[in-house]
Amino acid sequence: MPLADARAIDPGLVVAAADPAGDAAALARVASWCGRWSPWTAPVPPDGIALDVSGSAHLQGGEEELLAEAVERLGKLGIAAQAAIAPSAGAAWALARFGGARTVVVPPDGTRAALAGLPVAALRLMPETVEMLTRLGLRHVGDLYPLPRPALVLRFGEGLALRLDQALGARAEPLSPLPPPPTRFARRRFAEPIATPDDIRAATALLLDALCCRLAEESTGARRLALTLHRVDGGACVVEIGTARAAREPRHLLRLFDERLGTIDPGLGIEDMMLAATLAEPQGATQLALDRTAAAGDALPALIDRLTARLGAGAVRRPLLVESHWPERAVRLAVPLDPARNAIHPDRPRPVRFLPEPEPVEAVAPVPDDPPLLFRWRKVMHRVRRAEGPERIAGEWWRGAKELRDYYRVEDEDGRRFWLYRAGLYRADKPARWYLHGVFA
Amino acid sequence: MSDFNKADLGALRQKLALIERGGRGELPALPFGVAAIDRMLPGGGLARGALHEVLGLGAAAEEAAEGAGFLAGILARLEPPRPVLWCSRRGDLHAPGLMRHGLAPERLILARAQSEADLLYAVEEGLKCRDLAAVVGEVEALPLAASRRLQLAAEASGVAVFALRRPRRALGVGEEAQPTAALTRWRIAAVPAPVRAETASAPGLGRRVWLAELLRCRGGMPGRWLVEACDATGHVHLAQTLADRPAAAGERRRAFG
Repeated sequence: MPLADARAIDPGLVVAAADPAGDAAALARVASWCGRWSPWTAPVPPDGIALDVSGSAHLQGGEEELLAEAVERLGKLGIAAQAAIAPSAGAAWALARFGGARTVVVPPDGTRAALAGLPVAALRLMPETVEMLTRLGLRHVGDLYPLPRPALVLRFGEGLALRLDQALGARAEPLSPLPPPPTRFARRRFAEPIATPDDIRAATALLLDALCCRLAEESTGARRLALTLHRVDGGACVVEIGTARAAREPRHLLRLFDERLGTIDPGLGIEDMMLAATLAEPQGATQLALDRTAAAGDALPALIDRLTARLGAGAVRRPLLVESHWPERAVRLAVPLDPARNAIHPDRPRPVRFLPEPEPVEAVAPVPDDPPLLFRWRKVMHRVRRAEGPERIAGEWWRGAKELRDYYRVEDEDGRRFWLYRAGLYRADKPARWYLHGVFA
Repeated sequence: MSDFNKADLGALRQKLALIERGGRGELPALPFGVAAIDRMLPGGGLARGALHEVLGLGAAAEEAAEGAGFLAGILARLEPPRPVLWCSRRGDLHAPGLMRHGLAPERLILARAQSEADLLYAVEEGLKCRDLAAVVGEVEALPLAASRRLQLAAEASGVAVFALRRPRRALGVGEEAQPTAALTRWRIAAVPAPVRAETASAPGLGRRVWLAELLRCRGGMPGRWLVEACDATGHVHLAQTLADRPAAAGERRRAFG
């Protein structure tokens, strides 16, 4: 109804402009305040908060006491609340809104019975589905229980079955909790918004100095840093860096940020910058040499950090031999400072260049189990002078692989050595498929 | 000046050079262990704080497998056994293959770059880190300016740097004569393994043989040698067919096999 009509009905109506963003922010704040009862809290827009209290209810003396305390404390904050505890998130949502009583606690196996009397709107369905269900006479959740599931899906779609399963606990519905606010951060507000790259870099340097002092006092080092820049027009951009080892050297971290600061778009100006250490690890003090050079052993992690910042995450790796005889899986790329040990591989000849995807070649082999006489790879014909093999490598049956490969080391007329394989056993009716997998040194 | 002999002057110069380098002694050159090759190199081996270039021959240059094996042998013998940074744009280096030439996988750090500029940046950053034994960069082309920068950076830190050329198209005839600031320029080519009479009927491939050519060497002499591929300790040996032939002193070997 229009506002004028409402005012006509009741002249003393209190009117306020709707502020959905402000409401959402307030809900998020209340959700983090509810972290006193459980670390796993999430706001459920528009007006709900979900808490996962498995294992933490006993700290308040039981689930009923927890609910009573929650409602009472929220009441003191000026928030009227209805609460429910149930084995599944869907059931708790339904009982909190449609349960009737102020607080409801459902025993672990009582979900079905508790939900039976609720209206179908308690299942978080689309309004059209609710209308269709009421028109068909299915007004309560209990009316849906005896109906065969395929018929429900056919008539109303997957959504109804999903919501019913989630409410009854048959399908999992994980909550994504709010991230806790960072405890180690440095913040700076500017009287005038800054926009030039030099100013941003200078401000980052100041923030790094402040944060590193704080980290040094606590004997911790940062592994991940997030720099949040709030623009004048309300937008924010975040720049994140990571290090291979805990670090608190301002110059080193500033060099890592240098790579990313060029990607920032300051817009009309930046008025607020916050640098937070999202992941920190204990780091003891290091002994400097008399001439203030860094301790030995620091140069390599610093190099890895700089290369990762420039080349991208995942670009710097070390090869780790794993326990697998399948060539593609024999080497895994691990983090450079990973202390894992290499597996022992049998002493078989392996190529220096290993194509990530085996390339099909056209090969001519005289009889089964013989190496090819000539093959064409990348449009160049190679005649085979000598060959060695076959080395039969079968797929890992415990992973369900059924592939079998016969590998041959062949030397062509120029002296180059290749690693070819024939996929599968030789079959008289099907032509053999040959692939090139590597080049030997 | 009469009682101030030249030996004192030389010793003073060395002391000054040591102080300029920051107190670290210059690492000795790495010999190959093959007299015929070490004779041609200044200092009797591969200089440590310098740029060395390795090419391939013809169509094999794109894969540069022989060059990678040659470098693996050199890196395996570098003392002390510090980590090695291997930068490339394609991730097709296989650690078990390098292991057979003596380079332990624990020492390898692989860096993958998306562009040539990033690759050269990674190589330069690696050169600034004194904790590495060597840096290998699989570049497509090494212009003179870039090679000069790498050579200066290598001299400053004492880390050896190897540029393994992997051109997209086969190198032309004049490419090997292009100017460069590298100390040495090698070309490692594949050669059909010589068939010796006593092993002709034995099945399987024989030992791998390369033609290693020293194309340019500042302060040394170029040469070509037929060598057997690096064994599990990283050493190369002269191929037996040549070793049996009587060699004229100082003569450049021109023909093989």
